[in-house]
Amino acid sequence: MKYTLSVLVENHAGVLSKVSGLFSRRGFNIDSLAVGTTEDENISRITIVANGDEYVIEQLEKQLNKLIPVIKVRTLTEGSFVSCELYLVKVRCTAKQRLDVMKIAELMQAKIVDVAQNSITLQFADTSERFDTLTELLKPYGIREIVRTGTVAIEKDSAAKK
Amino acid sequence: MISGAEIMVKCLQAEGVSILFGYPGAVICPFFDKLYDTDIKAILVRQEQNAAHAASGYARATSKVGVCVATSGPGALNMITGIATAYMDSIPMVAITGQVKSDLLGRDVFQEADITGACESFVKHSYLVKNTADLPRIFKEAFHIANTGRPGPVLIDVPVDIQQGEIEEFVYPEKVNIIGYKPSVQGHPMQVKRAMEALAESKKPVICVGGGVLTSGAKPKLREFARMTNIPVVSTMMGIGSMPSNDPLYVGMIGSHGIKAANKTINESDLIILCGARVGDRTVSSPNQVAKNSRVIHIDIDPAEIGKNMKTTIPIVGDLKNVLAQMMKETSYTAPKEWLEDIANWKKELAPKRVAFDGYVEPQGFLEKLSAQLDKKSILVADVGQNQIWCANSFKVADGRFFTSGGMGTMGYSVPAAVGAKFARPSRDVIAVCGDGAFQMSMNELATIAQNHLNVKIIVMRNTVLGMVHELQDFHYNSRYAVTELDEMPDFAKIAAAYGIESAFASSNEEAEMYSEKMLKSNKPFLLVCNVHPNTPSR
Repeated sequence: MKYTLSVLVENHAGVLSKVSGLFSRRGFNIDSLAVGTTEDENISRITIVANGDEYVIEQLEKQLNKLIPVIKVRTLTEGSFVSCELYLVKVRCTAKQRLDVMKIAELMQAKIVDVAQNSITLQFADTSERFDTLTELLKPYGIREIVRTGTVAIEKDSAAKK
Repeated sequence: MISGAEIMVKCLQAEGVSILFGYPGAVICPFFDKLYDTDIKAILVRQEQNAAHAASGYARATSKVGVCVATSGPGALNMITGIATAYMDSIPMVAITGQVKSDLLGRDVFQEADITGACESFVKHSYLVKNTADLPRIFKEAFHIANTGRPGPVLIDVPVDIQQGEIEEFVYPEKVNIIGYKPSVQGHPMQVKRAMEALAESKKPVICVGGGVLTSGAKPKLREFARMTNIPVVSTMMGIGSMPSNDPLYVGMIGSHGIKAANKTINESDLIILCGARVGDRTVSSPNQVAKNSRVIHIDIDPAEIGKNMKTTIPIVGDLKNVLAQMMKETSYTAPKEWLEDIANWKKELAPKRVAFDGYVEPQGFLEKLSAQLDKKSILVADVGQNQIWCANSFKVADGRFFTSGGMGTMGYSVPAAVGAKFARPSRDVIAVCGDGAFQMSMNELATIAQNHLNVKIIVMRNTVLGMVHELQDFHYNSRYAVTELDEMPDFAKIAAAYGIESAFASSNEEAEMYSEKMLKSNKPFLLVCNVHPNTPSR
């Protein structure tokens, strides 16, 4: 099962290596890891999407908590958060196909950030499921390159009130 | 103005450090130079790994933070095994390493090693100091982290220019403020209550003690709890000494090298109270099988230990001292007589049979006798291998201590750790027991012992093989003794004599007992070599 963990850490040099080192050392597998500062510039948030059973995630949470620069760890429960990822996709496309690809971009609400003789680059921010749909639609034209940031997530206040 | 090196020394003084173990080198010289003017004792070991082991022995004997110091590159790298050994056994330690100049970091200059990177998985925390002004805060935090919560080693890597840099004045912070580090010390009252309700229903309870009992200073409370409830106690190797070995409630050490009666007790129990034990693979080989038949109350200060190796029915996170006190208030339980009678019978029926060989010392019988000759508060440091198992099962601890490298199983631990323990407790008997393999890994420390006129006694179980693996080869490799025979054994008496240390050679238990009595009467270091037959079993 996939889990999303939200980890607040002190924003010091070397903290990311302590956190990422933990994964290899304890044999945890992660799908993605995204890091950036929070509203307080001394504190960063690391969002981790990991695969594993309950035992693995519990251990992961506890071992993360043991790291001194880790302030707080939360495993986000299904439905209690919104998440998204930023993708940049370069699609092969001839002048003839250009309109079709633009149509798909419009349909999926992807932004066109570069157009060249033989390619279009799209910027897309959404869930991984929606991204899968987009890539399926673009596949026939030929995907040249995909760049993604890793998932970031935030808890929903609306869900907390229930 | 005050230099970084002087600040480091002042920080150690502020922390009440009176002794450290180390080995110098170019980039830690500013620190040692300032230390030279103070009354902090700096003990020169003969290899950096032993500085960490000595600091470990000191820390265990005092519950204070042990301090070891090495230079950059090879000095720091040699210390890693000692740091990792301390990490596995949760020993409070601050390791200080010199580092090349900050602006040369990452350029692979002479004696540069990324020691904070290399130690990442063996330390509780580490610092690479970037500014001289950060030193006081970092030292304050390091000592706090090392000796609170679940203790462990903290590494401070200090580039030479940081030691030489100067700031206006030295102010040692009064408090630490690490937002992400607030270990919980009190057990959750509801969990304690649930635990005692479960105990009330138990007919066959057992307490399993680990190193956490000794680390947290919960020994008196543990003994009080066991005696109040009459619950039998088994121990992991790290927990030995939590209960007096001769106490009627004490069954013995569990695990693959433990005694049968202790293993039977935990297997037959219906409730296990795990106290500061992580239940490693050598302790309980299939923990979830045991947990199927028993309910498990797991008390540990480290939440990550709970449920890691053994399924837990009732977890209690907190300092054992406090949790045991909380538990005693919540219960008036007494274990059924029949259960204790069963265990008493197993202890008799399943007592290990000892194998004696003519012309050799039978180590377990000797260790029992030695226990009686020793002062009640003495400290025995067992090395790793068969000697460790003999000591764990046959050395009788009363109010003293039993130290060993339990988690990492680092050969060569006993002699340097005994050095540290003796500096900590000069008035107590301190004995290192090792095999001839382990002794040859750290016998260079005889120089440290001689130089400091340190009254440490060393007993070498000389069986001319690497006994533990040799035995394993008997069981699993058709007695093919690949690379385990120590032929052309050096004459240990001559080695001792080279350092001006007296020694004796025993070929029977009578001789061993006679020499050990002589050894204990002398106030000088002594090496007792016991001739042990290579086929003497571990248990």
